[in-house]
Amino acid sequence: MKKSSLTLVERLTIAIPFAWLLTFLALPLISVAALSIHVVADSIPPVAPLFSANQGHLALHVSMRGFQMVFEDPLYFVAFRNALVNAALTTAGCILIGFPIAFAIARSPARRRNLYVLLAILPFWTSFLLRAYAWMGLIRDSGPINALLLFLGIISKPVAILYSPTAVLLVMIYSYLPFFVLPMYAVLEKLPADLLAAASDLGARPAYVFRTVTVPLSMPGIVSGAILVFVPAVGEYVIPELVGSSSTMMIGGILWEEFFQNRDWPLAAAIALVTFGLLMLPALLLRRRLGQLAAVS
Amino acid sequence: MNDVQQRPWQTVALILGFAFLYTPIVWIIYFSFSGDLPGSGSHFSLHWYRALLANSELGAAAYRSLVLALLSSAIAAPLGTLAGIGLAQLEHFPGRSIMIALLAIPIFAPEILLGFSFLMLFASAEAVTGWSQGKGMLTLVIAHATLGAPIVASVVFARVSGRDRSLEDAARDLGARPLRVLATVTVPLAAPGILSGWLLAMTLSFDDVVTSSFLAGPETATLPMAIFSGLRVGLDPQINAVGTLMVVGVTAIVGISFAAMRLGLLTSWHRKGPADGAG
Repeated sequence: MKKSSLTLVERLTIAIPFAWLLTFLALPLISVAALSIHVVADSIPPVAPLFSANQGHLALHVSMRGFQMVFEDPLYFVAFRNALVNAALTTAGCILIGFPIAFAIARSPARRRNLYVLLAILPFWTSFLLRAYAWMGLIRDSGPINALLLFLGIISKPVAILYSPTAVLLVMIYSYLPFFVLPMYAVLEKLPADLLAAASDLGARPAYVFRTVTVPLSMPGIVSGAILVFVPAVGEYVIPELVGSSSTMMIGGILWEEFFQNRDWPLAAAIALVTFGLLMLPALLLRRRLGQLAAVS
Repeated sequence: MNDVQQRPWQTVALILGFAFLYTPIVWIIYFSFSGDLPGSGSHFSLHWYRALLANSELGAAAYRSLVLALLSSAIAAPLGTLAGIGLAQLEHFPGRSIMIALLAIPIFAPEILLGFSFLMLFASAEAVTGWSQGKGMLTLVIAHATLGAPIVASVVFARVSGRDRSLEDAARDLGARPLRVLATVTVPLAAPGILSGWLLAMTLSFDDVVTSSFLAGPETATLPMAIFSGLRVGLDPQINAVGTLMVVGVTAIVGISFAAMRLGLLTSWHRKGPADGAG
């Protein structure tokens, strides 16, 4: 930049997308906040206006009922807890399965790495609903997984995996895996092999090298991959709905139900705000690393 | 990492990893050509494809999803390109951190929060101004474009930020006006990033079920919405046929775009452009 002040083109380059984002991302959040304190009414939309004029008096209709319910009714606490536990287990599963894959890709011959990365992303490009549907077929009582376990003699009669928390965890790990593998690979690929070689040359055992050199150096990848899995996983609605049991409600399903079945917009808005506050804090810590997000795509 | 000796466990990790990723996809394709319910039939049949062709409801939903994906990504691509280039070129401007935070929201936030927020915006707008009568294609396009733009922005940002600016400087020194520099140097150099971001925004829109459920009415149900409501009822082998067609379509698009980049169509295209003439 030779000029200290911005040219018109530079101003517009920023101003156009900025204005769009403010209108369609910041404004919706403000609308949710506004709706969370509305009073429920039997109308369309199902809330009473904030202000009303009656015989010359201006009346204000505000209610904190939504927040009160979220914080006092154990139903919502349990739903938050279920969602957080499920997201934490999903993240752990993605790390355990994704790290070896990313590590193996990063250590394979340079000419094959791009192909492997492409192979790792390709399933992610096909409809995730269809992949969830495939799992429904694979894990049902008469499906191939049960047949294999029976054949191997591990089980004596089919186990009900479908419509259980195990099924939710399995399909979630499967669906979120690319979000972990890609940022992890981006970090591991830049990891200097000399350092690992040096450590082993100096007599360190593989497990020791892994613990004292590989893991600390991969931490940035593990952290950004884990956040990319954990944060969206907390609000996941579709997978628990398709393969989960109806007795383990999670916060995404509760929000959906309050909105679509009960038409309680203020309560749904309060749930959304609390979830958003809970999740956005850790995510925004990563905001300076926009470039890392590119690794995901 | 440089080439290092590949240990056996690494090969095993790759094989198991890819087996895990591809088993469901192979399953879908295999049973889409089976005559009976998945797991019971094994003879080859196009039965489910014929059933699919006769299903006008799924066909209409697929057409709607395609139009939605094309329109929303056509908005997301230029918006995200401008945002990515702007953030990469201007290190200081008022509100930069707010803009980055806004771009991060659609990438991180659970979709159910986004879909719900969009509906609350449109409902509030309707209450205040009377605009956006009910649910429809326009609100869907706006929402999907908003979800796609940050993806494009992050890919374009990564492409532009690492690069040195000597070409832009040269064009400017030779008297090109700012708009011309942007259009003939910066954007063409970011083209591969824009293209992959565009494709990604398109697939995300085509795949979206949660946001669409909040914004679409009964007459504007998208393909994922139709599939989702079918899946809630139970297993439907027609879905295998839809899935196979989508796998083939996506593989073709991805394959073509990667082949195009490999063949250097894009690089030779902007090599002929004014960028090199200026430099």
